[in-house]
Amino acid sequence: MSEHVHPKRFYVAVFVALVILTAVTTTVAYVDLGPMNTVVALVIAVCKATLVVLFFMHLKDQAGLTRVVILAAILWLAVLIGATVNDVFTRHWVPSNGPWQSSALMTP
Amino acid sequence: MSAEAQGATLVAEQFDDFEQQKHADTFGMWLFLATEVLFFGGLFCGYALYRSLYFEAFTAGSHLLKIGYGAFYTVLLICSSLTMALGVRAAQLRRPTSLTVYLALTWIMGAAFVYIKLRYEWYGDYVEGLVPGLHFAPHGEALEIINRFHATLPHLSLFFIFYFCMTGVHALHMVVGVGLLTTLLIFTRQGKNTQGNYNWVEMVGLYWHFVDIVWIFLFPLLYLIGGRY
Amino acid sequence: MSTVALESPPTLPEVHYLNADYGWRSWLFTTDHKRIAWLYLFAITFMFVVGGLSATLMRLNLIEPSGLLFEPASYNKLFTAHGLVMIFFFLTQSIPTVLGNFLIPIMIGARDVAFPKLNLLSWYIYMLGATVFIISLATGGIDTGWTLYTPLSTTYANTNVLSATMGIFIAGFSSILTGLNFIVTIHKMRAPGMTWFRLPLFIWSMYATSVIFVLAMPVIAITLALIALERVWHVGIFDPGLGGDPILFQHLFWFFGHPEVYILILPSMGVISELVAAGCRKRIFGYSFVAFSSVSIAAISFMVWGHHMFLTGQSVYAGLVFSALSFAVAIPSAVKIFNWTATMHKASVSYDTPMLYAIGFIGLFTIGGLTGLFLASMGTDVHLHDTYFVVAHFHYVMVGGAIMGYLGGLHLWWPKMTGRLYPEAWARFAALLVFVGFNLTFGPQFILGYVGMPRRYAVYPAEFQVLNVLSSAGASILAVGYVIPLIYFTWSALKGPIAGPNPWGAKGLEWTIASPPPTHNFEQTPIVTEEAYAYGPEEAHVG
Repeated sequence: MSEHVHPKRFYVAVFVALVILTAVTTTVAYVDLGPMNTVVALVIAVCKATLVVLFFMHLKDQAGLTRVVILAAILWLAVLIGATVNDVFTRHWVPSNGPWQSSALMTP
Repeated sequence: MSAEAQGATLVAEQFDDFEQQKHADTFGMWLFLATEVLFFGGLFCGYALYRSLYFEAFTAGSHLLKIGYGAFYTVLLICSSLTMALGVRAAQLRRPTSLTVYLALTWIMGAAFVYIKLRYEWYGDYVEGLVPGLHFAPHGEALEIINRFHATLPHLSLFFIFYFCMTGVHALHMVVGVGLLTTLLIFTRQGKNTQGNYNWVEMVGLYWHFVDIVWIFLFPLLYLIGGRY
Repeated sequence: MSTVALESPPTLPEVHYLNADYGWRSWLFTTDHKRIAWLYLFAITFMFVVGGLSATLMRLNLIEPSGLLFEPASYNKLFTAHGLVMIFFFLTQSIPTVLGNFLIPIMIGARDVAFPKLNLLSWYIYMLGATVFIISLATGGIDTGWTLYTPLSTTYANTNVLSATMGIFIAGFSSILTGLNFIVTIHKMRAPGMTWFRLPLFIWSMYATSVIFVLAMPVIAITLALIALERVWHVGIFDPGLGGDPILFQHLFWFFGHPEVYILILPSMGVISELVAAGCRKRIFGYSFVAFSSVSIAAISFMVWGHHMFLTGQSVYAGLVFSALSFAVAIPSAVKIFNWTATMHKASVSYDTPMLYAIGFIGLFTIGGLTGLFLASMGTDVHLHDTYFVVAHFHYVMVGGAIMGYLGGLHLWWPKMTGRLYPEAWARFAALLVFVGFNLTFGPQFILGYVGMPRRYAVYPAEFQVLNVLSSAGASILAVGYVIPLIYFTWSALKGPIAGPNPWGAKGLEWTIASPPPTHNFEQTPIVTEEAYAYGPEEAHVG
């Protein structure tokens, strides 16, 4: 962990950026972008989170091991959500009634 | 006491030196935050599923929340993250008074977050009949919004369960954070965090920023579903 | 035999971690990882007895097709208690908190773990969780099965679901903190020269296990909290009446549940590497393959959970993906079996008790692992799911695998932990009883499952009685096999012959220090210059 001390204005700059992004995300919500509303909101949230992690949490100054920890947590969460949602949304993907399938196995 | 001797007493006996202790402490806190990602993650998983299945109800529910509260909390927490980060900096620079001020400011904002949420926002939701399990009977303008989005009451109830669970678990973490800040303030008064070992301040800072990040995601995911146009 | 001839009989060191301080306060407030290991050992042995008693009563009941002793309602509480206690309060802790706590700092050349006070806190939290859970059992118990499926657990069960799940919730945090502690310790506290690829394979397994602790246990925590929410406020996200999906519960549960069983087996695999190396006085064949296999098992274990849900209405497509990945996760496990066997090839094997348990593991885990593949394959799982085949499969890996490793490790390191030797003849006899009793208990259950006896049933058709009686007979032998070590370990700790620093002539930092070790493990920080298991030709007796 680096002993480098950042000047106050460094943190204030990050703060200002975060507040601006909050204002943007709130204002954009009032604009009709259809499904893109969600995408924009999430992208902005990720940007804000990245700013906090890199600068407030000093990830920029840290060894690679910490990045691995963060990436692992996010990746594993993605597996949990991905596979669960995948299950629910493919439940209607019933195998076709081809010649090798017994019709007794099919559920309507 | 010389700086080196002071440094030596600051290192716990299982560690070889100050560097190792610092690395271990920070790494340990990051690992703990990884566990928190998975802890909240279970709720985000359920949320992702039901939002995809019942988008109308989730949109209606989101419109029944007051966007003003959401935006206010977001800015409040970002401010508190700033004061927390400046507090860590003050500890790094061995400035007890500055550290105390920043910790106190962070403490006030965190406590305000919890108080305003419970006393005003959640109480308001209760009065409006939006709390499943306690008092779930949406009426008046709420019903108009529900009908506008063609939501059903059971699915809406599901949205509000998630709303209270996710913000509730988040609020619990804020309370823990305020508790941690209290301990830090006590230790700082005892002269501990500004003698060169500011690990504890750094670690609480990491925790605080993480809780802020959770809110950064909760705000759009709960308050801004489907836009406000 | 494996002992090295000495000029004079070994003596106990004058001051060591056990006698460095006296009084209950020096034990209950200790931060010494070795003492904490003992605190856990006593606690989990008590829980093992509770879990074992439940199993005894179950097997007694199943002697008669109509159920000898219990109505189904009570029987349900027995198998739930057995499962929850054995998994959450015995096996999860067994190797990690007893052997892991004792050995990890020593094996890497450190004075203690990274966070000794957190280590003690972990034990306190475990004790709190275990107490809450025992009270829950004593005041009526829980009957939902250890898997706590909804809506039975959330809505319909009228048993102590809330208190039982709260006990588990609390104990889960103990494990999370232990895992965190171990990861930081292994990363940051290794002695100079102790590079990753010089680490004993036990450390690799414990590292992989700790990663699973950190990533999987929080998910069961939030899931249990959601059950509690529904029990208390009668609103829940799994309630079909609200549009909820009970299968979501199963996804969340098994996302934890499957990696959990790898938490149970990986440490044991690490122990087996140590037992085989010591028993063969030879470097483990394919060290890096075994090391990487631990890490890959940990990683892939998170992607297979749907194989518990093939018959729940989960999509066939998702089932396909989970099935394929379940086959994949068998590969690194097989790599370990091959490498241990290859290590034994042309080695001069000492058939002491630890090695006997290791050999038992290799055979029994192979059977357990292979039968898992029948369950991973959707076509056969349709017939075998929820039958005794599943019960047999997981007992082969959990008992034939995990417990064999635990017992073998206890025997190998007992001299280090106590400074005294256990009686070898009795130990070998007990190992034999465990092996025979175990196979007689669970072998017939494969057949029972194949011919259709469902699991979690208090009664069964009369034609299954012979197999059930065989199984119960085996259980009685197994029970004796477990009780005997309790007796001779206790005796040996007080009156056994003095062991000396290295009774096995084994390699590893733990064998370079006194038995029992001093509180700070090493007089000076060791500098590591050789590979793990660096047995020279004069030690290896290769023939």
